[in-house]
Amino acid sequence: MSETEAQTIAFVRRDILPPEPPPVRSSGAILWLRENLLSGPLNIALTLLGLGILWTIFSTVWPWLSNAVWNANSMAECRKIIAEAHGPDATGACFAIIKHRWNQFVFGFYPVDLYWRPVLAFGALFFALAPVLFSDSRKARWIVTGVAFVVTLAASQVLGATGAELGAMLFLLLGWLLLIERRRDWALVATLVYPFLAVWLLWGGTIWGPVMALAGFLIGFVVWQALSRFGMFAFAAAVIVAALWWLVLSDYAARGFAAILPMRLTPVSSDQFGGFVLSITIGVSGIALSLPLGIILALARRSDLPVIKMMAVLFIEFIRGVPLITLLFVASLLLNYFLPPGTNFDIILRVIIMVTLFASAYMAEVIRGGLAALPKGQYEAADALGLDYWKAQRLIILPQALKISIPGIVSTFIGMFKDTTLVTFVGLFDPLKAMSDTIRASFEWKGAYWEPYIFVGSIFFILCFGMSRYSMHLERRLKRDHR
Amino acid sequence: MVDYPGAASPPFRLSMLIYDRRYRSLTIQAVVFILVMLLASWLIDNTLKNLAIMGKTLSFDFLFRRAGYDIPQQLIPYNSDDTHLRAAVVGLLNTLQVSILGCISATVVGVIVGVLRLSSNWLIARLMTVYVEVFRNIPLLLWILVILAIFTEIMPPPNAYRGENPAAEMILFDLIAPTNRYTAVPSLGMTNPPGVIAIGREGISWALVAYVVVLALAFTGRHFLRKRAQRIQDSTGKRPTTWWITLAMFLLPLLVLTWYFGLHLIPPVLRGFNFAEGTNLDNAFVVLWLALTLYTGAFIAEIVRGGILAVSRGQTEAAFALGLRPGRTMALVVLPQALRVIVPPLISQYLNLTKNSSLAIAVGYMDLRGTLGGTTLNQTGREMECMVLMMGIYLLLCLIISGGMNVFNSRVKLKER
Repeated sequence: MSETEAQTIAFVRRDILPPEPPPVRSSGAILWLRENLLSGPLNIALTLLGLGILWTIFSTVWPWLSNAVWNANSMAECRKIIAEAHGPDATGACFAIIKHRWNQFVFGFYPVDLYWRPVLAFGALFFALAPVLFSDSRKARWIVTGVAFVVTLAASQVLGATGAELGAMLFLLLGWLLLIERRRDWALVATLVYPFLAVWLLWGGTIWGPVMALAGFLIGFVVWQALSRFGMFAFAAAVIVAALWWLVLSDYAARGFAAILPMRLTPVSSDQFGGFVLSITIGVSGIALSLPLGIILALARRSDLPVIKMMAVLFIEFIRGVPLITLLFVASLLLNYFLPPGTNFDIILRVIIMVTLFASAYMAEVIRGGLAALPKGQYEAADALGLDYWKAQRLIILPQALKISIPGIVSTFIGMFKDTTLVTFVGLFDPLKAMSDTIRASFEWKGAYWEPYIFVGSIFFILCFGMSRYSMHLERRLKRDHR
Repeated sequence: MVDYPGAASPPFRLSMLIYDRRYRSLTIQAVVFILVMLLASWLIDNTLKNLAIMGKTLSFDFLFRRAGYDIPQQLIPYNSDDTHLRAAVVGLLNTLQVSILGCISATVVGVIVGVLRLSSNWLIARLMTVYVEVFRNIPLLLWILVILAIFTEIMPPPNAYRGENPAAEMILFDLIAPTNRYTAVPSLGMTNPPGVIAIGREGISWALVAYVVVLALAFTGRHFLRKRAQRIQDSTGKRPTTWWITLAMFLLPLLVLTWYFGLHLIPPVLRGFNFAEGTNLDNAFVVLWLALTLYTGAFIAEIVRGGILAVSRGQTEAAFALGLRPGRTMALVVLPQALRVIVPPLISQYLNLTKNSSLAIAVGYMDLRGTLGGTTLNQTGREMECMVLMMGIYLLLCLIISGGMNVFNSRVKLKER
């Protein structure tokens, strides 16, 4: 062979050449540019359009942003500083308004020396959530509780909490931290107690009101456990006993205990709430209450019992058919008509009730979707195991259905949190419109339009975007099938 | 429990109401029903007592009294001497106007952005992602307020368009002039108007009737043309070309009508300190419309993107393998399947937009809530009646929209056997 080769072919390479690097045009940044920005006439046009949009935004907003002033006491002072630095025609952002009115944006008209209370309530929220949201990741739990701990104490210190208050906070939060790490189940109980603690911290007054409300749940639970062999009767009895306790006895008990041991915080009335404290109060209570209510409504709508199903359908479709604003107006104008003459209860509570009802109808539809998406075999398997309805729901159906509906649930949460801004129309001081208008109405900050909107908008963006990212994380974490 | 056929059913005992599954469901329903009825009667009783204490009775008479307030934006003639009922109708029409226009423009924005977000162009895809995320995660109220501020603070006053060297220039070929009080847009004019059918105080132009009739005829014609083409295709295997006949059927009569009536655009022209001739759209409407469009558009974009992504790549490849051209692949294979995924959430976005239009309160646009649930309510002090009526109308509106869209949905959804 080798001879023939030697005679017929002039040259044969005996060893393989090392590979050449790809041409410059088809690798690296240039390739990326060619493929992603300049692959065809349409693509080039789109790129130019994108650059044009970017340039328009940049050229209008950048001078304004780059001239921003962070330290001033009024709009006039701001304008003077900008005119001195960049010439008389220059415009600039005056973020000094955020710094100057920071407390008002965050706390509304909450009494200044009591700022530590909403701060503590907000910080403790993360302690209450940590054992639920970050149950399987010690690191995430540590980060969340650690940051909440440090920030809560630091913020309270800066906002002027006294030594005794700081000491009490330190004691409470450290104890809670220990509970979360050492006794998991007790930490969950603490999470259940948290709403009552938050109500006490936010509205003040004697501690016995919330404690007695909590006692109603305890009494109901004890009755239920004691009578558990009677099945359905036990639950009904528990509900009746608890209701009796709340309607008849709890008030007297609270007053009695308050007379013996006051345990009072300075009361803060609802019209002093405002800013993000108000938004977050309404948002968090709405979220916490609408999920269980939504689950019950969804189960009712899928129930075999026609009367219950019909009532659930009527309720859900009614709520979904009217705008939230009309419901808020019902809360502010009509709710007093529906209650016994002479009752006059808190506007924030009324709004929370309406927001909760509104969100729970949407939640019910989302969860119903999850229930419907679950294969029928799961229901049949639960029946085959001999589980009764509630056990089947609790152990088999709901864990899977809720997992499927996480994206929908979280987007309902986000929608509800955004909707808390609408409370401005029933006279509450939300951070977006009412608070900004109030601040703008003052002499110093007349004419400050964009800065408050930018500030409040970015806070909402961070919170809502954070929620949606967390839901994606949760979806990945709870993924059990390996597809 | 004995439930094989032929078994004698055990005699009924009272305890079976609770322990027998066949009767227990009845018991539960009866108890819940009674409880709900008790609750309802308690609420109604309280309401009646409260109304009696305030010396009010439930009556809708106020609807027929003089309203006595003006509405800046009106689609049908209205003045302050008209009744509250007419004011409510004006408000309802305003709600419908902003909702329908908003739904249309939000769909256009949503489809464009949704498709661009999937574009292979990195820059545009990123920009669209930013748009969607920013608009979805910030309350609608903020967008309304920001756009309102842009209009009142940045837009020039009408007289800035005046003079040899005006401070502001009209946009879109001198057709639109945004000012800080209104937005001047062209209006439609006819050189040879055919007269008006009077219905009460409103009139419907014969020209509109003529256009509607011609369009209806054209659609019917297209229907028959398609049927015929299908028949020919079924029998001979060749489909006759129909597109130019269809086009002519639609365009020719319209052109003839337009020429006959002398229909033309009247651009806004500055007279004195204000624009005249064209239509001056109230900024309240423009702001609300823009905000609803941009906000809902972001949601629709996500729905469209999800719908297109839901059609698996194999479908496109299979269509190409069958020899379909890209355009027909899109129209016959991808779009019908994507629509199946898109339509249900789109319906709820339309409903959301309609309900969100009640945020008109933030800009002072007199929609249903502004008239019936706003000024009328405050003037007459009839909270109960106004709120009940208003919620009823919104409910009806939503039911109609979702009903209509459900019909559409049942046409595009997968036909399963």
